Amino acid sequence: MVDIAKFFLEFTVDESCGKCTPCRLGNKRLLELLTKVTEGTATMEDLDTMEKLCYYIKENSLCGLGQTAPNPVLSTLRYFREEYEAHVKDKVCPAHVCKKLVRFEIDKDKCIGCGICARQCPASAIERTDYVAAGHKLASMAINQEKCVKCGACVGACKFHAIDKA
Amino acid sequence: MINLKIDNIPVSVPEGTTILEAAKSIGIKIPTLCYMKEINEIGACRVCVVEVKGARSLVAACVYPVNENMEVFTNTPAVRQARKTTIELILSNHNKSCLSCERNMNCELQALSYEYNCDCTAYPGALTPSEVDESTDYLVRDNSKCVLCRRCVATCKAIQHVAVIGTRNRGFLTDIGCAFEEDLASSSCAACGQCINVCPVGALKEKREIDKVRAAIQDKSKTVIVGTAPAVRAALGEEFGYPIGTNVEGQMVSALRLLGFDKVFDVNFTADLTILEESTEFIHRVQKGENLPLITSCSPGWIRFMEYYYPELIPNISTCKSPQQMFGAMVKTYYAEKMGIDPKDLYVVTIMPCVAKKFEKNREDQNASGYPDVDAVLTTRELAKMIKGNGILFNELANGEYDAPLGEYSGAGVIFGATGGVMEAALRTAVETITGKTLENVEFTEVRGTEGIKEATYTVGDLTVNVAVASGLENARALCEQIKNGTCKYQFIEIMGCPGGCVNGGGQPIQPAYVRRNTDVRALRASVLYNIDANSKVRKSHENAFIKKLYDEYLGEPASHKAHKILHTTYVKRNKY
Repeated sequence: MVDIAKFFLEFTVDESCGKCTPCRLGNKRLLELLTKVTEGTATMEDLDTMEKLCYYIKENSLCGLGQTAPNPVLSTLRYFREEYEAHVKDKVCPAHVCKKLVRFEIDKDKCIGCGICARQCPASAIERTDYVAAGHKLASMAINQEKCVKCGACVGACKFHAIDKA
Repeated sequence: MINLKIDNIPVSVPEGTTILEAAKSIGIKIPTLCYMKEINEIGACRVCVVEVKGARSLVAACVYPVNENMEVFTNTPAVRQARKTTIELILSNHNKSCLSCERNMNCELQALSYEYNCDCTAYPGALTPSEVDESTDYLVRDNSKCVLCRRCVATCKAIQHVAVIGTRNRGFLTDIGCAFEEDLASSSCAACGQCINVCPVGALKEKREIDKVRAAIQDKSKTVIVGTAPAVRAALGEEFGYPIGTNVEGQMVSALRLLGFDKVFDVNFTADLTILEESTEFIHRVQKGENLPLITSCSPGWIRFMEYYYPELIPNISTCKSPQQMFGAMVKTYYAEKMGIDPKDLYVVTIMPCVAKKFEKNREDQNASGYPDVDAVLTTRELAKMIKGNGILFNELANGEYDAPLGEYSGAGVIFGATGGVMEAALRTAVETITGKTLENVEFTEVRGTEGIKEATYTVGDLTVNVAVASGLENARALCEQIKNGTCKYQFIEIMGCPGGCVNGGGQPIQPAYVRRNTDVRALRASVLYNIDANSKVRKSHENAFIKKLYDEYLGEPASHKAHKILHTTYVKRNKY
């Protein structure tokens, strides 16, 4: 839901004509705060600031675009506040869409060590480990979290459902 | 009449009045940033929001007309909080280098931030990318300080009819500049500098020449001469806390001496000289009946505008250099010869209410002595900054006197600084020259005042002369169109680039929008000049004893060959793109 709100706000920031202050700068700052939430760097105070800013933009903007631009943020804040709080407090994206908060991991016991995921990985982030699971011939693969760009290509490549998104 | 309540106070105002004006009528000042009456009524900045009972959201007081039985609240917590957030958002995208900003302590955003107790770090975030445009000789635009109020855009378009700047891009990337991402130098900007005067912050300023002047003063090999324009003495005091319309001529002269200038002269002297040359030119043209109407050439902003937009009028423009350029030319020829100084060792500085003068000094054909007539031009604001920087206690200075011989002036010379002044001064001389009789009443009040276009008809001997005076390029354009389509009935036209003439020039002290809206700054400053004129013993340029001496000793007679060589110039057609 945070990502949905961000999607709509990105659109209105892009479409803002730039004439009145609340829409030109208010929505931009709101988007920056929302981005902080999706990156797991926001604080609970930021959520309060966002809410205030939303009402300010609605009340003060010159035209209909600005007056309605914060609505997606406001309604998701109202009905899905726990999702926002999960991003802020637990640094977790319950919907698994905020890349900065998502983590891909290979189940070392399910992995048969075929290496197809490593070939699909655009960032060369998947390497072979020394661990050979019981009943498998090859050592399992593992994702280097430093290198991972969270594209999810490995998940699609694995025929053995050994890669999970968390 | 519409009856309403503002902050529970009953008000009765004419239909069509805005909430802002209605509140002002009962002594409530609603803050504004983008608003300029009749010029920029766009309700964009949202600083003026107020609460209207029953309205869905807050409304912008500057554009919202009053309704019967309306109830307005101008200072509720919600209103104050909204204004505060608006100002904090503007600050979040503002280059907050206030301590080193030209407009520190004279900034409308700074004042609002103080009044609303703003936190300038409330919304940290990205800044709109911007560049500093220093492409011209006269103006610097730093968009990192711009608050996008669009007052400069509105002034350029509605008052000056030039419209070389506008908003570009959209949303967060919006900025102000010339079309096609070009810089100002490639545009057909008239260089009037009116945009600087309306900028609420430090995004616009003149190109500074203070350091150059300080270096020249320190240079032992140079004799540094300074000349002050008529309108400077009428406004400089504002920078030192004097009320608008205070004459500080004497203190200014003392301050200039303390700054280290070797001679303090007055451009009023060459204003008188301009009159002799120009009235002679007028009489010659009337006698021959060619190239009429004659149009004055004192205002470099107007000249630049004409060269861009009406080059076909070049034959009509007086060939006289402007008083500033005549001043430089006389210092480096006549005065140099008289004092036995090589013109290359003379450094001429003029103090001008104008930024176009900075452009004018670099024009071609402005070097009568073989060296540039004028070396540096300081605006009134720059002079004030220099005086403050040198620790001169301006308010405690005794009145000084100009040096002779280029410091003597007549009442006709000083009124050059107000719209209609050149016309009046020229008429005083022309009428006496044509009729050969002494003029009883030297005041041509018909051409005074701050209206955009003034016209009058005078009978001089058996000649009927129709004259017109325009100030501001919108009005200049109206007269130019008349000449172009053949409906012009005037023989003599005075045009000044800035509305109200030099007293309201682009280099004058900046008054905040609120003051400009509620005070006739132009008329107050002009009254200084007319008072000096009224109290002058000599009120006609041709009776200035030093001017007579100058012609006897050096130039011969007005419009002589020598005068033409030193005091006259030519104009060029400029392409708009």
